[in-house]
Amino acid sequence: MGKLTTLFQRKPKQGSIKKITNAQYVLFAVITLLGFFIAIVVNRTFPQIADVKITSYPLGIFGEVTINGFYEIILAVLIFIYLLNAVYSFFDSDRRRKFASRVPFRFVIGIAIALWDVFGTKLLLLPQPFFPGPAKILEAFLMEPAYIGQQILYSLRLFGYGFVIGVTAGVLTGILIGWFPKVYYWVHPVLRISGVIPAVAWMPFALTLFPTPFSAAVFLITICQWFTIASLTAQGIQSTPKTHFEVAKTLGAKTPYLVFRVAIPHAMPQIFTGIAVANGFTFTTLVMVEMMGQPGGLGYYINASKVWSAYYKVFAAIIVMAILFSLILKIVGLVESRVLRWQRGLVKR
Amino acid sequence: MSENTKNTSNTIHNNSSNTSGKRAANPKDAILEIEHVNRTYYDTDGNTVEALKDVSLSVRRGEFISLIGSSGCGKTTLLRLIAGLDHPEAGTLRLNGTEINGTDPQRGYVFQQGSLFPWLTIYQNIASGLKARHVYKEQKAEVAKYIELIGLNGFEKVFPHQISGGMAQRVAIARALINKPEALLLDEPMGALDSFTRADIQDKLLELWRLYQTTMILVTHDVDEAIYLSDRIVIMTPRPGKISEILEVKLSHPRDRGGEEFLAIRKKILEKLHLANASQEPEYNL
Repeated sequence: MGKLTTLFQRKPKQGSIKKITNAQYVLFAVITLLGFFIAIVVNRTFPQIADVKITSYPLGIFGEVTINGFYEIILAVLIFIYLLNAVYSFFDSDRRRKFASRVPFRFVIGIAIALWDVFGTKLLLLPQPFFPGPAKILEAFLMEPAYIGQQILYSLRLFGYGFVIGVTAGVLTGILIGWFPKVYYWVHPVLRISGVIPAVAWMPFALTLFPTPFSAAVFLITICQWFTIASLTAQGIQSTPKTHFEVAKTLGAKTPYLVFRVAIPHAMPQIFTGIAVANGFTFTTLVMVEMMGQPGGLGYYINASKVWSAYYKVFAAIIVMAILFSLILKIVGLVESRVLRWQRGLVKR
Repeated sequence: MSENTKNTSNTIHNNSSNTSGKRAANPKDAILEIEHVNRTYYDTDGNTVEALKDVSLSVRRGEFISLIGSSGCGKTTLLRLIAGLDHPEAGTLRLNGTEINGTDPQRGYVFQQGSLFPWLTIYQNIASGLKARHVYKEQKAEVAKYIELIGLNGFEKVFPHQISGGMAQRVAIARALINKPEALLLDEPMGALDSFTRADIQDKLLELWRLYQTTMILVTHDVDEAIYLSDRIVIMTPRPGKISEILEVKLSHPRDRGGEEFLAIRKKILEKLHLANASQEPEYNL
């Protein structure tokens, strides 16, 4: 019986589920760190063949640092982070397995960075200035960290306003559409049609209607969130099983309870799906809007750098975006798994 | 064989007419009065289905009454009318002399299956009865009492999908009972459970019935269950849905499912139900 339950509970993962011994685990950790360590060694030892201007910048406690030095510091930080991760995962068999499963990927990343360094900076075999090496890209952060910081804050502020207003408006509209058939009749077709229009199409209109470029951009991001979330919220409300309402009614519930304690909790998974989908549109819109008419933001930074052919700055902005947007998705995901924790084990996730 | 059936049916008929005579004699005892109720459904093809036709029934305070019959006999429809989830086209339903109009926590309802709110824990599900009436703050202590009563201590923080079907139904019963209803309406609450769990919940129901003296109205298609639990069994027949017989079960609790009297009643009901079905196919009966 016990055997049977384990059989059904665990997903069969490639082969048998063996416990990872301490020695094996240490080896895995070493391989993980090795890739990045090789990248450092390559950067140190590989002779600079191509003629690249290696500038030095002041960097806090490190004093004057060249772009190669900064690149090595970043790699060292990565090694340190993975080392902490390795130590942290050591004490839990599930985390051990997770860490072990990522060993090949992390090792290859280290090697790939080393190759990129060789072809991008040392040999300049990649076409320049379109494909700068990793050290060159990091130069952007050494050169103007405060300026990049400002752009990040600008983008975040834009996203923050659009997100808060969009989600609020979207959920409210969705509830109204889902609950009142009259609202559904009048608003849903409008939503269907306007929902398929890419938000940036409204840009000329937004720029003339709103007093500042910032508020115009907030409007565009808001409608990205609004329509998607509204239609999914409405779906979630409408798909609430009749039994749930009947149960609540026989318990003595009145309409507010039916809306806020039955329909909305039932729609929650759909609302979060809406937010996830909308975030995808929003990131696109955010960058496009910034590239086309904002006095700041990461999109603006890309555009401004492109004009000067400073492609390493474009790459720097792309890296920042990747990290920033992933973080936003991660935070939304954390909130979601907290709110929807009742679904754990109920749905395949 | 057919002669036998006829005899039995006569006996039942006499029995039930006695019952109705008694009902008329003590109207004060009635908690629920159903008079000449009709309910017709119209399907999309424009056909009409007479779910209930001229149904009258009087339920005594504190009694355990079962509605039994084949599917389509209107037993669930009748229960939904009592709950106020549906409205009759003609006739009246009164609880304590007041006409039933819409739902009320006075009439608790336990659904077939899967009626717990999946986003609430067991504790919160039971508490939702109190919360719906805005009395949770004052009566918080009740929740723990009911969890104890249904034997689910330690499961307070668990979500419905993590417990078994039997446990879930106990929670559903507790959630309805926490509102202290005058009548508890049970719509095949044990229909989807295995026979062991079913027997377990039946005993739980009897225990709760004795404890709170709530009037219980149970819809079931399980003859044994009806006999095991009920004071009276209402046999219904379909097309149109109506009450065909009312049987009084005068056995003391706990009832022996294999006992002679038990089996005799069982036989009566089965014959009656069989007869009810057969009567729709007169060509075989003739």
